[in-house]
Amino acid sequence: MMSWLLVMPIAIPFATAVVAYLMRMSDAGRWISLAGSALSLLASAALMVAVLERGVVAAQMSSWDAPFGITLVVDYLGAVMVVITAITGLATAIYALGEIPARLEKLGYHALFQTLIAGVTGAFMTGDVFNLYVWFEVMLISSFGLLVLGGSREQLDAGIKYVALNLVSTLVFLSGIGLLYGVTGTLNMADLRDAVANAENQGLITVIAMMFMVGFGVKAAVFPLFFWLPASYHTPSFAVSAVFAGLLTKVGVYALMRMFTLVFVGDIGFTHEILIWVSALTMLTGVLGAAAQTDFRKILSFHIISQIGYMTLGLALYTPLALMGGVFYLVHHIIVKANLFLVAGVANKLAGHTDLNRIGGLYKSSPLLAALFVIPAFSLAGFPPLSGFWAKYLIVKAAIELDNWLIAFVALFVGLLTIFSMTKIWGMAFWKPHPDGIDPTPDRVPDKVRIPMMIPIGGLAAMTILIGFYPEPFVQFAEVAAAQLLDPTDYVETVLGARP
Amino acid sequence: MNSIIFTAGARILVALLLVFSLFMLLRGHHLPGGGFIGGLIGAIAFIVYALACGSAEARTALRVSPEGLAMVGLGVALLAGLVSFVFGDPFFTGQWYWVGGDSYETAAFSINSVLVFDIGVYLVVLGGILSIAFAFEEET
Repeated sequence: MMSWLLVMPIAIPFATAVVAYLMRMSDAGRWISLAGSALSLLASAALMVAVLERGVVAAQMSSWDAPFGITLVVDYLGAVMVVITAITGLATAIYALGEIPARLEKLGYHALFQTLIAGVTGAFMTGDVFNLYVWFEVMLISSFGLLVLGGSREQLDAGIKYVALNLVSTLVFLSGIGLLYGVTGTLNMADLRDAVANAENQGLITVIAMMFMVGFGVKAAVFPLFFWLPASYHTPSFAVSAVFAGLLTKVGVYALMRMFTLVFVGDIGFTHEILIWVSALTMLTGVLGAAAQTDFRKILSFHIISQIGYMTLGLALYTPLALMGGVFYLVHHIIVKANLFLVAGVANKLAGHTDLNRIGGLYKSSPLLAALFVIPAFSLAGFPPLSGFWAKYLIVKAAIELDNWLIAFVALFVGLLTIFSMTKIWGMAFWKPHPDGIDPTPDRVPDKVRIPMMIPIGGLAAMTILIGFYPEPFVQFAEVAAAQLLDPTDYVETVLGARP
Repeated sequence: MNSIIFTAGARILVALLLVFSLFMLLRGHHLPGGGFIGGLIGAIAFIVYALACGSAEARTALRVSPEGLAMVGLGVALLAGLVSFVFGDPFFTGQWYWVGGDSYETAAFSINSVLVFDIGVYLVVLGGILSIAFAFEEET
């Protein structure tokens, strides 16, 4: 029953959303959401096992064979993204037990959250370009709901910017899909590979490729299309911003990786060259933007942008080593960045604010939180032996192997500036005394709230350390994922049914 | 809107629109129509009613909350997809039971999971559109 293995990671969050919504007036909603997230994780683990056995698995929805029906297809990259989505989902579902007030639950928080997870998972699994657009819309609608839930003035302001700019991106993407269908007559990604390569009008194909790049670029928040991200990520509840920070931009990066290795590979000298410079500028502007901020979450938001640059750089350099680094980076970054936003939430609860000028003293009063901040923060900056070190090492090595010294230098320089931002947070939030003379000890927050918030932080930090000290299996996995991306014969054959 | 002509006309219009929306829903799979367009027409019926008699009245007429309706619809659509599991087919494969024949041409009618899916879509569209429309109506 291979097809059901692929359906479950999407169907479970949807079913959970329905039940959680119907139960939203009682306390049961949050437990249903938690149980659903745990089930999703099991389902995605089962999927991962199948992928490890077979390499690529595919299923044709409604028994309509590719390229006519919608295909779900998961290779190594897809599998790891589905698993990491489920892990982030579970972590934030636990966190929400402590953070999300009953008022937001009654408005349907858990249903929107699960729908978002379903949308993200669907985007990682689909093998159809139009279906990818549909998943983008599912994500956009549910994330907009989560962003404005509660309806404060600041949130609505952020929500409008977020939705307006993301709608532009999906419209560009949709126009690209229309043109692509006009040129090739198919939208199945595996089928598109040959159809695009054999298309007569290669000039038009490059135009379409650029439309896809702009559409996904807005989603991934690359330079110069990232404005919406720092304008919106600091307003919703912390559990929500952790999911956004961990997963949403990565869907854009994943879509770029998929389309620009599988379909748009006819003019690499042009498209991927643009991506190299876009990546470099993304890294630089993100990290410089962060240097100017003093809000906990705004600093982290700008760092999402700068880190996205590393991942797209992995794609842009387009060597096995670079793509491997890109895949490794993607996974490492989701864990680390989601965790940092979760830490920000606890810091906010303890010290009373997210503006670094108005908090302090966390190191002295809450040493555990301080330790759990250091792990993801230094991993983000690329300190050995944490996971970020290996991720950066692979990317920089790939750049040097291509003799692209300028890019390697930019990547290292941005790492250095990342340390600057992290030490700024460390100095202002943790070391300096609290400006109001408050002692932000853990008992300022009731156990019932604090413990569910600390569990996922500890778990994600443990994963960061595990990947850092024991990177071998993860690197090997990324190597296979990169090899599959560069030579998608298996992918194409599995989808089109040449292989069972 | 305080127009006696509109209020009186709306009663007939609403009834016609609702019947028409069900007609479109049932016509769905083999002919133009289906859950999406049916749900839109159904939503128009309630919007007309809300314009004529106020959205509070229209909410009472709907009896359940539009958001809940949409979520139940999502559940129904999902269930229609899961039915094929019982028969060992891939997700969303249509399950057909023909009454009085063995195909579309010969059978009198059919019982099938495709219609269940369409009903789910109908509810999602009806509930989704109405929750937005009522919110706008109540804003001003």
